[in-house]
Amino acid sequence: MTTANLSQAFMILLRRDLTLAYRRRSEMINPLLFFVLVTALFPLGIGADPTLLREVGPGIIWVAALLAALLSLDMIFRSDFDDGSLEQLLLSPHPLSILMIAKVFAHWLITGLPLLVVAPLLGVLLDLPGAAIRTLLVTLALGTPVLSLIGTIGVALTVGLRKGGMILSLLVLPLYIPVLIFAANAVATSGAGLPVEAHLSLLTALLVLAVSLSPAATAAALRISLS
Amino acid sequence: MLKFFHRMASPKYFYQFAGKLIPWLGVACLGFMLAGLYDGLLVAPTDYQQGDSYRIMFVHVPAAWMSLFIYMVMATAGAIGLIWHIKLAEVMAISSAHVGASFTFLALVTGSIWGKPMWGAWWVWDARLTSELILLFLYLGVIALYNAVEDKRTAARATSILALVGVVNIPIIHYSVEWWNTLHQGPTVTKFDAPSIDLRMLIPLLLMAVAFKLFYAVVVLMRARCEILQRERNSGWVKELVRASS
Repeated sequence: MTTANLSQAFMILLRRDLTLAYRRRSEMINPLLFFVLVTALFPLGIGADPTLLREVGPGIIWVAALLAALLSLDMIFRSDFDDGSLEQLLLSPHPLSILMIAKVFAHWLITGLPLLVVAPLLGVLLDLPGAAIRTLLVTLALGTPVLSLIGTIGVALTVGLRKGGMILSLLVLPLYIPVLIFAANAVATSGAGLPVEAHLSLLTALLVLAVSLSPAATAAALRISLS
Repeated sequence: MLKFFHRMASPKYFYQFAGKLIPWLGVACLGFMLAGLYDGLLVAPTDYQQGDSYRIMFVHVPAAWMSLFIYMVMATAGAIGLIWHIKLAEVMAISSAHVGASFTFLALVTGSIWGKPMWGAWWVWDARLTSELILLFLYLGVIALYNAVEDKRTAARATSILALVGVVNIPIIHYSVEWWNTLHQGPTVTKFDAPSIDLRMLIPLLLMAVAFKLFYAVVVLMRARCEILQRERNSGWVKELVRASS
């Protein structure tokens, strides 16, 4: 019997997760619907004055994206944990942190990337100018992977718990604050016609930091949760 | 010296040693606190701008210092527990979490009470206040996770990881919040310069800081003793202890 090398294992895991998600397409839609619905609630709550919406729009869209990311987090390990394949993953000879990157990447492709597709629509709903919508897409592309990476640590810590959902939000949301601040500010700044390179650089820095550190924390947390 | 540390890592010795240490630390804490309160409330001069209401500083500032300090202690103890599998370090980490959350809450409440006459509002979205609030959420997350996991050994290890993740994030959160605030609304709150504090105000402040540190030591040792008893309830020496006391 031959064993797969690391990059093969990475690709196998990625393809497996994507296939599983593809077979349950309806589940993928739910976070998206949530994202749109939450954003649509705000004009109803605070009034439909276009100038007001333009001012609070970036914050609203980003908070909604944050919550949508949070809601979809549970999907990343749930079925693997239930059918025991997560434990098999832990027994694999490959470094768990690299495999975790594959899991998170697949999860981001399934839940994070679709947010980018509907975000321009929401930007139009909230009357954001074109430059702000472009920045919104860039910040979502940079920011949502960070949300997935950080959130996965929280999921790994709570995966064995019966009522992990509420605790997960308590653990993860405070850690999401820097992303929210930089991203929403970037969108608002570009809406005002100012340069946003600094914001985007900081978001990229957060992404690099999250990619390099969080898989190790996730792996350690999983080993503890499943011990 | 090394031998001393080695022996301390044993729950039984730690339990006895901490039991002997607590009264001494408690008396010292009381002494410092009384001296600090006397000095701060009665001796220190009235502030030329803020009048007497600045005196809440002698509680507020040490509490804010402690809130960060305890998080660092918690994360360090958690890391020691994770790396060397020392049970006692895990116990210290989780015992610190509750005390730290209390100090953070105290800092927020006293800050709010101080803010009302000074700034005219119970709460402003000042960078420091906001990061203190987020710190409280981080503490509450640690406590919630610890309570949610049934097996306390696993729970302590899981919370240690969370505390370490938090420690990496605290500077990021702090600077992002500071940046957010300065970008958004400019300095609506004029802060008085910290280093220009009068020596007669500094002395009670430092006395109170020492008193708070000692208070933390006393409470954390008490909590750790309880935690140890609970964890070791099936071991011989705890049963003997129970038999002797009943």
